[in-house]
Amino acid sequence: MTSRTKAVVMDATAVDRAITRIAHEVLEANKGAEGLVIVGIVTRGAHLAHRLAERVKEIEGAEVPVGTLDISFYRDDVSTRNNPEVHRTDLPFDLTDTCVVLVDDVLFTGRTIRAAMDALMDYGRPSCIRLAVLVDRGHRELPVRADYVGKNVPTSSRERVHVRLAETDGEDVVFISEGEEEKAC
Amino acid sequence: MLSSRHILGMDDLTSEDIARILDTAESFAAVNERRIKKLPTLRGLTVVNLFLEPSTRTRTSFEIAAKRLSADAINFTASASATVKGESLRDTAATLAAMSCDLVIIRHKYAGAPRMLTEMMDCSIVNGGDGIHQHPTQALLDLYTMKQRLGHLEGLRVGIVGDIAHSRVAGSLVPALLKVGAIPVLIAPPTLLPARPDVLGAEVSWDLDEVLPTLDVAYMLRIQMERADGMPFPSLREYARFYGMNSARLAAMKPSAIVMHPGPMNRGVEISADVADSDRSLVLEQVESGVAVRMAVMYLLLGGADSGAAA
Repeated sequence: MTSRTKAVVMDATAVDRAITRIAHEVLEANKGAEGLVIVGIVTRGAHLAHRLAERVKEIEGAEVPVGTLDISFYRDDVSTRNNPEVHRTDLPFDLTDTCVVLVDDVLFTGRTIRAAMDALMDYGRPSCIRLAVLVDRGHRELPVRADYVGKNVPTSSRERVHVRLAETDGEDVVFISEGEEEKAC
Repeated sequence: MLSSRHILGMDDLTSEDIARILDTAESFAAVNERRIKKLPTLRGLTVVNLFLEPSTRTRTSFEIAAKRLSADAINFTASASATVKGESLRDTAATLAAMSCDLVIIRHKYAGAPRMLTEMMDCSIVNGGDGIHQHPTQALLDLYTMKQRLGHLEGLRVGIVGDIAHSRVAGSLVPALLKVGAIPVLIAPPTLLPARPDVLGAEVSWDLDEVLPTLDVAYMLRIQMERADGMPFPSLREYARFYGMNSARLAAMKPSAIVMHPGPMNRGVEISADVADSDRSLVLEQVESGVAVRMAVMYLLLGGADSGAAA
């Protein structure tokens, strides 16, 4: 990848504060942790989902089920993409009549979220699906919006948004770099 | 994606490809346990099962795999196609090509028929068994089944027992085992071994009872009763006595060792009924794995940017 860092938009403290605020917002909207499940999209959404559940537990004292979702098989670009690497979906609970908080790192075109919603529907019939993202960078191609946003980051389509998390990358940071036209991800 | 856009034999796959297929198959196996088993992944793509030799389980397995991925699966069988009217494979291929399909799975009585198709069609070709040559998806599902049960493949000693010379299953399984670092051991009377078993890179033995305690897997091949030139051993009873799996032989194996068979089984010949139905026999697990492994093969072949499907 030939790109250079332009700006850091969130540091570790900002990421942490965003997760704390989203945890409060989720609990407020749901009026507690009753019926709540948190599902993260692999791989970074899954790490964020576990952190969010951890924070919810600290605030509310309630254990919220956490699952991970791989959307490879639901993508709309299977036949044009180069790297169909597949991870495991792990939803060890029944989704029916739950309120699912879907978690991803970056909201961009909305195609990933469309795929994730289709995937969730094949596992059960949740009573509602809410969307929480760490960064909303705009440029939607589908009518999708997030219910909980860590930070809105206006970007040009030439820029790339990178989310690094301690679990996979050793540090918590969100930064923007300038690169070639980014393909939908 | 894989390093080849066709799977004609194990030579087309690197050990990385094999690892990738087995990993992907694990995800599909999880899907096969859901209530809704269908995925939208290959929507709009057409998979043709060109089965010009009788087959139920392989064709059904490919058909289910295609349908679970939302591809349109079309079956061409020898009895129901123009082949009985004398159409050549070349013309059948041209006809299919004109109808623009994305993947053809071919089973044919002649070795090399799948390769011939690759020269005549633009789409990906998967060998579903060609003559006595290869049957690569069978070898892949066998590897998957072994890995699921025994946890690893490297270093496993796998005895392949029976008609090695005329078995396309062995034709793919031997190179597949070598690629993943397992040790194939060919066990058969000399009349059922190929003329030069040494070139395969496998150990060879005529004595099943001698090697049995060293094996992790006993892979029993089917005795092909329908063979026109008669059986190359004195009697089925004698074959069963020297090379058939039974409870006494199973007891002589390691406690963790397993018995496999590609099916359909001749109970009482290469495998006794009590062993076939025991929990050490993985025959049904093999069938179950077949769907997930074939889903993985289709997904990885049709999911690449430079496959015919993307054009």
